[in-house]
Amino acid sequence: MGLDFKGSPETGFFTSKLDAVIGWSRKYSIFQYPFVTACCGMEYMATSCAHYDVDRFGAGLPRFSPRQADVLFVVGTINQKMAPVLVHIYEQMCAPKWVIAFGVCTCTGGFYDNYAVVRGIDHVIPVDIYIPGCPPRPETVINGLMLLQEKIQNQPNEIA
Amino acid sequence: MAEDSITLKKLREQFGDSIIESHSRLGQDTAILPKKVLLEAARMLKEDPTLDYNFLMDVTAVDHFKRRPRFEVVYHFYSLNHNHRLRLKVPVGGESPEVPTLTGLWPSANWYEREVWDMFGISFQGHPDLRRILMYESFEGHPLRKDYPFDKRQPLVGETE
Repeated sequence: MGLDFKGSPETGFFTSKLDAVIGWSRKYSIFQYPFVTACCGMEYMATSCAHYDVDRFGAGLPRFSPRQADVLFVVGTINQKMAPVLVHIYEQMCAPKWVIAFGVCTCTGGFYDNYAVVRGIDHVIPVDIYIPGCPPRPETVINGLMLLQEKIQNQPNEIA
Repeated sequence: MAEDSITLKKLREQFGDSIIESHSRLGQDTAILPKKVLLEAARMLKEDPTLDYNFLMDVTAVDHFKRRPRFEVVYHFYSLNHNHRLRLKVPVGGESPEVPTLTGLWPSANWYEREVWDMFGISFQGHPDLRRILMYESFEGHPLRKDYPFDKRQPLVGETE
């Protein structure tokens, strides 16, 4: 937990500590919204189940309402017809929110170089973490989640 | 070429002159018929008790592009009672290719024909609801035509680079 000064010396100590506490609490209470469209979904299920047990990172509680989730897990190919739905879900989520692109199709469109598939979801919504692989191994997913936790901890976490 | 199957025999009897081609290879029957006898042939395939093709398994198309006529609509029929299969092809061409619908005989033709319309732009005369089924309404063109640029995108939401 960082204790670095931010802002003026009068308020700096307190706000920076609060900042770190908020970051710490946010990173261990990730409520994820799984947006699962394709074959990566099976890998996502495997990662969520008992053997890999994502929840031990405090990052595994899936919520199927975008208003009660803060991490959008985009798992699988997103095609042009689906893109407006994805954007809609993203816009419904309350801030602060983060996005994980799970698998090569969501990151870049994968091998689908055609009329139907979006060449990476970062063309339509901002992405925080890219998890590569077709499909990614559960270890890669967990690594991606831990990187996201690190990002959440270290970013400015003000109470607006 | 062994043409001993009952289906081809019957087709030959009925439409002898108009059959463009028919063959039976490795136990698979194929007939190529002109558009004008399609409905009549389809009715016979369905209603003749010795043929009894009660299952239309698939409707699809092929774009031969350089060849004239350009397209071929392909039907796959199956008889659950006789275990007969038939592949029926109908060549179509022109600026706006068109064939009669088979929805009146096999309701399952409905979605297949919509798919063929969507992907190839072949329309089906008399279809009750010929709309796109896979692509979105605002999509322009028919993506499985050989002259559609395969990587041309028509995004629905603004894409950022």
